[in-house]
Amino acid sequence: MIPRVILYEGPGSEPLPVAERAGLLRLLLERGYAVSCVRDSLPAESRDSAMAVLARGNAPFPSIDLTEDRSAEQTLAALEAIRNQMQISPVGAHKPWFPVIDFSRCTNCMQCLSFCLFDVYGVSTEGKIEVRNQNNCKTDCPACSRVCPDVAIMFPKYQHSPINGEQISADDVRREAMKVDISALLGGDIYQALRDRSAKAKSRFSKERDDERALKERQNCLLKLKDLDIPPEVLASLPSPDEIRAKAEAAMARAQEAMATRK
Amino acid sequence: MEKQPRILYCHCAYSKIIPPAVKSEVLEKLACSGVSFEALPDLCEMSARRDPKLKELAGSGSLKILACYPRAVQGLFLAAGSPLAEGQAEILNMRTGTAEELLLPVLASGEAR
Repeated sequence: MIPRVILYEGPGSEPLPVAERAGLLRLLLERGYAVSCVRDSLPAESRDSAMAVLARGNAPFPSIDLTEDRSAEQTLAALEAIRNQMQISPVGAHKPWFPVIDFSRCTNCMQCLSFCLFDVYGVSTEGKIEVRNQNNCKTDCPACSRVCPDVAIMFPKYQHSPINGEQISADDVRREAMKVDISALLGGDIYQALRDRSAKAKSRFSKERDDERALKERQNCLLKLKDLDIPPEVLASLPSPDEIRAKAEAAMARAQEAMATRK
Repeated sequence: MEKQPRILYCHCAYSKIIPPAVKSEVLEKLACSGVSFEALPDLCEMSARRDPKLKELAGSGSLKILACYPRAVQGLFLAAGSPLAEGQAEILNMRTGTAEELLLPVLASGEAR
């Protein structure tokens, strides 16, 4: 739950000057607070679900008084103290980044599940693909949406269409249909390519173990995937080839199991 | 009396995908319009946390949502376990529209709750 406050300017209270109201609102939003701006009566249940009520004047219920000499920063400090006391976790530690599935397009093919190396996807008890571990998703990496054959995966904070959620055009669909299969990009599948690289590299590494070089190997392999717009830090944090193999096999098994259940 | 649609504004606080000038103007105009509205710091964050406020909003009838692409907004509500019903929400896209054209249908609907 994110912290929510009510800015009450209904009966009994005194409305804030426009500039003050807008400034306070902007500051609270930037710091991760949801604000309900209320200009008429305020039901008790609405009050109870909020962390605090802010009002100037004689609000007909307990509230933090926005007296004229209290700055927006002071109000924020008072709210932060309440938030700490109520043990509501702070927000905004990192950009919220995770895939959002458009189920009107998704055909449950499980390619995303098989492709993602970070266990973001899972299968529901009904055998449907789902985003299970949002926090595992790597910020700014939209790779799974690029391998989706149905343009069904969105990242709302991504810059470009149609991954950002923009309406899908006939051109987008055509592009996806023509898209070179990810495995074709590497002359096999991505995991096979990583395994091959790993095998080639093993003999060298056994003679001269060099972590930096190992990392470079993995990056080089995935450079072929640069069209997928995978950020360098994601490439750098990829699991080892052995882990990738294990993950790929487990994901494939889950996907096959889910698809068999649905048949 | 017909219930007025509720207004939701997403500040998209953790990225710059919405032009800051549009975001700022929309917020300012909403703030001085005299209507009640819900200002959310970041719809993505609330969806990720399955915030109960989204469920309350999705269950409260007609909505006018100032955020980003409609497909994304609908997906975010669904991902939070609070799907929007068909036709329930008019979603206005701050990534592509100007403050003036976005606020026209919002403020024209009269005072919202």
